[in-house]
Parts: sequence; structure tokens; C-alpha cells
Amino acid sequence: MPLPFKSISLAQLPAGQNATILTFTGGRNVTNRLTSLGFTPGVIVQMTQNLGHGPLIVTVRGSQVALGRGEAQKIFVNQGYG
Amino acid sequence: MSQIDPNTLLTIPKQALHQPPVIALAGQPNMGKSTLFNLLTGLNQHVGNWPGKTVERRSGDFNLNGQQANLVDLPGTYSLTANSPEESIAREFIIREQPDIVVAVVSAANLERSLYLVAELLALPTTVIVALNMIDVAAQEGLVIEPKVLEAALGAPVVPMMATKAIGVHQLLDIISEVLQGKRAFTPNIPEVRADHQAVLAQIVHLIAGYVPEPYPTEWMALKLFEGDSEVTEKMQAALPETIWVSVQSILRQHDDAMLAVASGRYEWIERMIRAAVTRPKIGQIGLTARIDRWAAHPFWGLLILAGVLGLVFWLTFNVGSPVQEWLDVQIVTRLSDLASAWLAGAPFWLQGMIVDGVIGGVGSVLTFIPILVIFFTTFALLEDVGYMARAAYVMDNIMHLMGLHGKSFLPLFLGFGCNVPAIMGARVIDSWPARLLTILIAPLVPCTARMAVVAFIAPAFFGSQALLVTWILVLVSLATLVVSGVLLNLLIFKGQRSAFIMEIPLYHLPNSRTIGLLVWQRNYSFVKKAGTTILGMSLIVWVLSFLPYGDINTSILARFGQWIEPVGRWVGFDWRLTVALITSFPAKENSIATLGVLFGSNSEAGLTQTLRASFSTAAGLSFLVVNMLFIPCLATVAVIRQETNSWMWALLDVAILLVISLLAGGLVYRLALLIGLG
Repeated sequence: MPLPFKSISLAQLPAGQNATILTFTGGRNVTNRLTSLGFTPGVIVQMTQNLGHGPLIVTVRGSQVALGRGEAQKIFVNQGYG
Repeated sequence: MSQIDPNTLLTIPKQALHQPPVIALAGQPNMGKSTLFNLLTGLNQHVGNWPGKTVERRSGDFNLNGQQANLVDLPGTYSLTANSPEESIAREFIIREQPDIVVAVVSAANLERSLYLVAELLALPTTVIVALNMIDVAAQEGLVIEPKVLEAALGAPVVPMMATKAIGVHQLLDIISEVLQGKRAFTPNIPEVRADHQAVLAQIVHLIAGYVPEPYPTEWMALKLFEGDSEVTEKMQAALPETIWVSVQSILRQHDDAMLAVASGRYEWIERMIRAAVTRPKIGQIGLTARIDRWAAHPFWGLLILAGVLGLVFWLTFNVGSPVQEWLDVQIVTRLSDLASAWLAGAPFWLQGMIVDGVIGGVGSVLTFIPILVIFFTTFALLEDVGYMARAAYVMDNIMHLMGLHGKSFLPLFLGFGCNVPAIMGARVIDSWPARLLTILIAPLVPCTARMAVVAFIAPAFFGSQALLVTWILVLVSLATLVVSGVLLNLLIFKGQRSAFIMEIPLYHLPNSRTIGLLVWQRNYSFVKKAGTTILGMSLIVWVLSFLPYGDINTSILARFGQWIEPVGRWVGFDWRLTVALITSFPAKENSIATLGVLFGSNSEAGLTQTLRASFSTAAGLSFLVVNMLFIPCLATVAVIRQETNSWMWALLDVAILLVISLLAGGLVYRLALLIGLG
């Protein structure tokens, strides 16, 4: 049974919430750097800090990664419930 | 090695052993790789560059249970896909130089992320030993890991370690020895591509087999093609016959998500390793890091904390460092000059002048800056080592965005307050070339300690009790100029490009005195080396120019040159003496005080202050301070800009830009000051 979810960009994920990575729409180089830091489709990430502007901090696979807002806007996630 | 049973030879790497053995150290950033490198090699290390690259190469000798061995520190990278020169260097070294063993440093506290590089290393034709570092941090977080199980799962030796406390080093050395002697099995469990892409990968392997250039392994090349690695793609395009290349390309085009399949395959493999070896996962608690970061990484409080931290660093640097510097100046340099004068009393006049004024006066006064630099670099290295600098970069990201840069550029710029030379070398942390270049070009606008020393001397002469306020304004003017130049350069030269900001925020941890000590030692060592070579040479040249042809500075070549370009100096309110003082700041910024001392023939600093006050208007004094702050970078800085950009064009362009900026600013300030009656 498909879970109810909505697809948003990572930049829209509020602080404290979890989401599952869906896909990357940035360039190959950026995607490569993101995957080596732990971002892959299906992985659950938690938004650690997001103030709606400026850079943000995401927790992925046990480590914290700072992303520019532009980079976060090119990562799409499923915001599941629970 | 003739007595070894032929069966055990299977466990020895294919290549012949190096003599002495070569061990490479690999690891992601923040895993304690440098700590382990420093621990093994101590001061026995050579720091240079990788051939043809501006990437630091560190290697050293260490004692491997009585045998000498060579340790090469590979650049810290998250993966081995050629996104950056660092990644390319690390993998090329392993494939081409074939080290006997690669020691992969991973963090027990963050196995999931750090095993990613191990997954890449195991796919290469080399023997890997895993140094499972930071077991203490893992234990604090409630993690329980069984090294033996991890070893069995990986098929590679695993050594639990605490590099900061030198625990586990002997075991590591023993295992290295055992592997070298062929006493250890190495049957790595190599990660595979995600199941749905395995058939396609096999197809590529089949297509390229027989065409892969030596010494690259075919499977690995196929995997990297699959990942879309630009370097490998280029190599294979050149090596493959046209028809095969077309088929490979069409397969790759149909599977443009292959990169994610490869990465996912590696993480699936990692999850299997972790499921086996980690018997108790991390406790979900709010750690110290999260609690500190609520403040330190906050966009407002974080900036305030950063300002406080910077203030403290400068306060320490100048309040502790400056008195020591003055003491050294009086007790050592002046005494040495007197001694040399007495000793050379019978020598020719020119020789005495050259030694006393040229060598001791020039190089000696530069070397007295060492205490200031030691304090600055120590506090910087401390902040870096505990993990604070990543937060500083993060909170500065918004401001750096104005210039098309991102937070990481803040770190080298901050280093510039100590000395611009390490700042420009420090720009290497920035991944994209345009951003690195822009950072290098604006770095000389950060006021270094030498310029601050000139300000600290000149400002009181003209502003008395308000000197401190004027000093702060000058620093702010410099930084504002830096931002404005950055914005303009970004628009003009770089067309507003912006590079991706992706940066790991490491956990805070206790500082390691060895790591900090070595960092401070290396940064100061390169400064001393510079003083002994470039600065010594330039001091001598300046001295010769101020001596020839009649042995009197007022009629010297230098004076005539100053008089010749005085019209330029007059635009900013200088006479020929201030102009010459400014020009002699080129070999080393603080020279301008020494030059003024020589030109006004006063030996005591107090005397010089009064003479300056009497000789120049406040407007001229202020203009001199502003031009001094913004003037062309010192000789060593220009040399290092040329080295890091590998181009005289950028180095000279930067000199030209700063020359224009400083003269414009000086002229403007001079006229404004006259207008408000500071004549």
C-alpha cells in the first residue's frame, strides 16, 4: 500500500523533520559529491537547521552536512508521515 | 623472501614489494588521518606539492618494527571519483605507484559514511588495512562495534585505534608487518553495483576488455565509466575504437542514473557490514555538538560568537604577541646590530652597512614577528582542530555569497589576518577553481600582522589617544574594500558564477596538541624560510639601492626614484620620503617604518613619532595609513599567488588592481580629510 507523501525540494523541509531522498536535479559533479557524503535515493535525512533563507544543515547517515540553498533546491525528497 | 611457502604468495599484492616499503594513508576528512600521519612520522616529514598540482603532498619515514618504511599521506577525500584534483591524485597514486599497503582511516563513530571510501579502495588492485579510529568517541555515543566481525565481513584486517591517544598504533604496525610478510590473508569483499544494473555493467566490461590502457584494471574502468567519471571517460574515448565507443556511449546514455546505482550499491554493502559488526547502534540523544550548534551555527548568534572569537584571537595576538615582539626587537635585533657594528668597526663602510642595516635590520625585524604569528596560528589551528572553523564558514556563507563565494572561502581569508601567504595557500580548501582564484585575488586585502604593526606605529603619531578607533576603522575599510572588490571581480571576470556549497560539519572534539603543534610549526617554518630567502634578498637589494652611488640615502638611487615618482605620491598627499617608505614595503610590509627611520635619521621610535607628527599633516598621515593597508601585496605574497595560480598574469593583475585601489582610496581619503580640516 503506498504511503501518503508529498514531494518537495529539500530546501522546503522544515527543521526537525525527516524525509526520504527521491532524486537529484543538479549537475553530475554536484550529485557525485552529494552521494559520497551519503545522499542517495531512498536514504532518510533529517533537517537540522533551516531558516528559510541562507544555507542549511542536514543530517544524513549519521553526519551533518551544510548545503547552500541553491544545492538543496535541486534535491527532491518525499516528506512521509511519521 | 625465498623461504615463503608459494601458497601464501597468493595473499601478497601482485606487484613487487617496494624497498623500503611504501604505505599510503587514505581517509575522508575529519577521520583523524592527519593525527595518525603525525603520530607515525613525527617531525620526520616532507611537505611539498604533488607534481604539477597545487595539492599538498605529505610523506615521511617511520619505524616499522625496526625496519624503515615510507608513509605517503594521500589527500583527504570522500570518494575516488575525479571531482577534484585531490581525488584524482589519490587514485592515480594507488594505481600507478602501487603502494605496498593502503591504510584506510575510518571513524568508528561514523562508520556508515566513512566506509564509503573503503568501498572504493577495495575495488582497486591494492591491499587495504582498515584503521578503525575514534573508538572512544563511538563508545561515548553508546556504539558497540566488534572489530573482528567487521574484519571478517570486509575480508581486510581491521585495527581499532584512538589516534589522538596513540592507542592501537603498535597493533597497526604489527599488522602492516604481517601483511608485508604475507602472513595475513587479504580476500576483500568487494561491493557490487545495485542488482538492477549488474547486467549492464557486465556488458560494458565485455565491450572495453582488451582496450583498457595499462595499468588500469578493466572492471574498475568500467565502473568509473558507469559513474560518469570525466577523467576515465576521456581516457576510454581515446583508447576505444570508434564503433565500440559509440556502443558504450549509447549504453551509458540509456542508464544515466547509473551513478546513483553504483553509490547505492556501495551503501547497501556498507549496511551489510554494519549490520554484522555493530551490535548496538547509536543512542538517539542530543549530543554536545547539537547543543553548541544551536548557538554557534545560528545565523545571528553565530555571527556574534564569531565576532567575539575573532576579537579574542586578535586581542591575544596583539596583547601577548606585540610586547614579545618589541622585546625581541630591542633585546635581540638592536643588540645584534650593535654587536655587529662593533665587530665590523674595522671593515669597509659598505660592508658594515650591508650587514647591520641590510641583513640584520631587514631580516631581523621580520623574524621578530614570529611570536605574533605563533600565537595567531596556534589559536587558528586550535579552532580548526576542535571543529569550530566549519561553523564559522557556515555562518559566513551569506556574506560570502555577495561575492559569488561561499562559506569555505572565509577560512583562508581569516588566516590572512596572520599572514597573507598561508591564506593564499589555504585557498586550496575551496573545491571550485573560479572561487579559489577569486579568494586568492582578494586575500591580500585582509590586513596582516605586518601591516597592523605599521598602523600600530603610525596611527598614534597622528591620532594620539584616538589611535585605537582609527585602527578599527582602517580594518573595517580594508574589509569593506575586500567585499566591494570581490563583488566587482566576480561580476567582471567570473560573470557572477557561483560554486556549490557542500561542506561536512564535523562533530566537536577535544583538540590534539600534536596536530596543532605540527600545524603551527609548519606554518611558521615556511615563514622563516621565506625570511631567510626572499626577504633577505630583497632587503639587500633595497639596502644597495639606498646606498649607491654615494653612500648617502638622501642622494641614493632609491631617493631619486622616489623623487621621480613623487607626482604620484603627491596625489595621495605624500612627499618623496613617504613614497619611498611605501615602495620599500614591497619586500616586507613592516619595512616602511624602518625606511622612515633611515630617511629621517632617527634611531629611536619615540623620536621618529615626533618627527613624523611635525613633518606631515594629519590628512597625509591618514592617507599613508589607508594606502599602507590597501597597497600591493608583499613580495612573498605575489610569489605565492603566482605559485598557486600557476600564472604570472593573475599575480600581476592582482598587483595592478591593488595598486589602483590603494591610490584611489588614498587620494579620496586625503582630499576628504583636507575638506574636514585635518590639514
